[in-house]
Amino acid sequence: MSAATLKRAGYWTMHYAIIALYVAFALFPLYWLFKVSLTPTKLLYSEGVRMWPSRTTWENYGFVLTNSDFPRFFLNSVIVSVSTAVLVTVVASGAGYALSRFRFRGKFWLVGLMLITQMFPLVMLISPIFRIFTPLGLTDSLLGLIIVYTAFNIPFATFLMQSFFDGIPKDLEEAAMIDGAHRFTAFRQIILPLTLPGIAATLGFVFTAAWSELLFALMLISKTDASTFPVGLLTFVSKFSVDFGQMTAAGVLALIPACLFFFLIQRYLVRGLTAGAVKG
Amino acid sequence: MATIDIDGVRKRFGNVDVLHGVDLTIADGEFVVLVGPSGCGKSTLLRLIAGLEDISRGAIRIDGERVNDLAPRARDIAMVFQSYALYPHMSVERNMDYSLRLRKTPAERAREAVEGAAGKLGIDRLLQRKPRTLSGGQRQRVAMGRAIVRTPKAFLFDEPLSNLDARLREQMRGEIKKMHQDLGATSIYVTHDQIEAMTLADRIVAMNEGLVQQIGPPRELYEHPTNLFVAGFIGSPAMNFIDATYRREGQNAFLVVGEKRLALDERDVADGTPVTLGLRAEDIAIDADPEDPGAIEATVELVEPLGLGTIVHVQALGTHIKALSLAVVEHRVGSRIWIRPHPEKFHVFEEATGRRLERKAQFAAELPA
Repeated sequence: MSAATLKRAGYWTMHYAIIALYVAFALFPLYWLFKVSLTPTKLLYSEGVRMWPSRTTWENYGFVLTNSDFPRFFLNSVIVSVSTAVLVTVVASGAGYALSRFRFRGKFWLVGLMLITQMFPLVMLISPIFRIFTPLGLTDSLLGLIIVYTAFNIPFATFLMQSFFDGIPKDLEEAAMIDGAHRFTAFRQIILPLTLPGIAATLGFVFTAAWSELLFALMLISKTDASTFPVGLLTFVSKFSVDFGQMTAAGVLALIPACLFFFLIQRYLVRGLTAGAVKG
Repeated sequence: MATIDIDGVRKRFGNVDVLHGVDLTIADGEFVVLVGPSGCGKSTLLRLIAGLEDISRGAIRIDGERVNDLAPRARDIAMVFQSYALYPHMSVERNMDYSLRLRKTPAERAREAVEGAAGKLGIDRLLQRKPRTLSGGQRQRVAMGRAIVRTPKAFLFDEPLSNLDARLREQMRGEIKKMHQDLGATSIYVTHDQIEAMTLADRIVAMNEGLVQQIGPPRELYEHPTNLFVAGFIGSPAMNFIDATYRREGQNAFLVVGEKRLALDERDVADGTPVTLGLRAEDIAIDADPEDPGAIEATVELVEPLGLGTIVHVQALGTHIKALSLAVVEHRVGSRIWIRPHPEKFHVFEEATGRRLERKAQFAAELPA
């Protein structure tokens, strides 16, 4: 092997080593979550810190799925997150399109206001929202959570969608309108299909945000029936002990829908659909 | 097919006036080219006709019907975009029949129309392909095909050839002209390329800074530009401009350029008026007889062989002048030659206003044929 080849090999080894190190660093907590969920409770404290327990068990999962309220929390989370993601994406698509394509009076101030909403820490808003929601019967209700999440996610999602629409040449819908389409038809038949990657990204982003939200879920919901899973995880913490085995098992289960969701949309995230639209 | 009437149309974007009142009547079946430098308002005018922008003032009528408030879809016009604007997620066939499907044309008839247009444009084998797999020229053809399938009232072209390479541009130019001869459709074509304008147009509309400068057949703009702008914009190589003073002594009119006097027919302007003399490169003979009173001494600066002829750049009359000769020119750079501008082909413009100074009528009538 020549010196050059060696140098090259060394370079790539280094390259991959650094990447591997980073990936290991990022994924280690997940590994630990999974490991703890498989460790029998008795061994958790007696064995000390070990990379893999001497004996593994699925009983934590069994317990969580059959003897706890976790399935209820899980279902609540799915309802809240999916509704929020869909609602936000629909509204943000329309709003993002308007911001991208139209000149209208007050646009500057509207965008400014939307940005301002992103500046406040959410904690500040909890008590006023609680005061508003209580007489409306929206506390202890999934609908209340959906409304709050939707409201908080729309500004950012709108900017996200706007940037995707900005990337699609205006000529395309103009061509469609001259071809005989109504603006809305052009939007639906020409622009939306090309924005699928953007829609997927927005759905994914909002879904994840809603799925893992704890603060509002904790403050607005006190009944077990209406709790989402991040709140539910706290039920494994009792006054005198923390049941780590069950808690981590629930955590692993809660990861599944997020993974599934990203698996479904990943092909839209990577596909550049506008290739060939205009000269490039 | 249709007539298009543009009546005092103005367009203002925010605080900027883009069109300052345009009047133009386009006859049924006419091919009109809007030409001008970028920012002159030609594309805006086209978009107003298409309905993609709102008209600030004035009116546009298609076949006598006022369309100011009609949506693009209701105007029944087709447009070819500079970017082609093909729908990337649809096959060529879907791209072409999109307008027909929107109009609920029976599938059988739509297929016939698409196949007919595709045959005419030589893209019948590409119908199932997606736009991204096509070359620039093929995309251009699909864009044209999409316009012709539904036989609209008028075709609008927005610089359709400017993304193609020179050879392809020349070929497509020919095809557009042929297509117009076949279909006889009213067409409005926007370009900044004066050669496209000259070759395609029945009438050219030369525009600058939101104003129409001159409307007329290509030869008229070429031979009788009404002002300095049109004179400088139309023609390649560009017209030579030389600063001069108009003088008249008794019956004799002449131009004074530095030391030189150039005889001229009388113009309707005061003695001593500063003017600009315009000379087309092909109206300047090289290797003139030094004894000829119209001959001007010149120094060769650059020789550009075109194949078809030669452009000789010279220094004369205190400025750079380009002369076009169809003969093979053997002059070396730096050599001294005599050039002679054709006095009948002098274009004289008033320096202050840029407007063309015509010959006085009685003199024009007396000129030998």
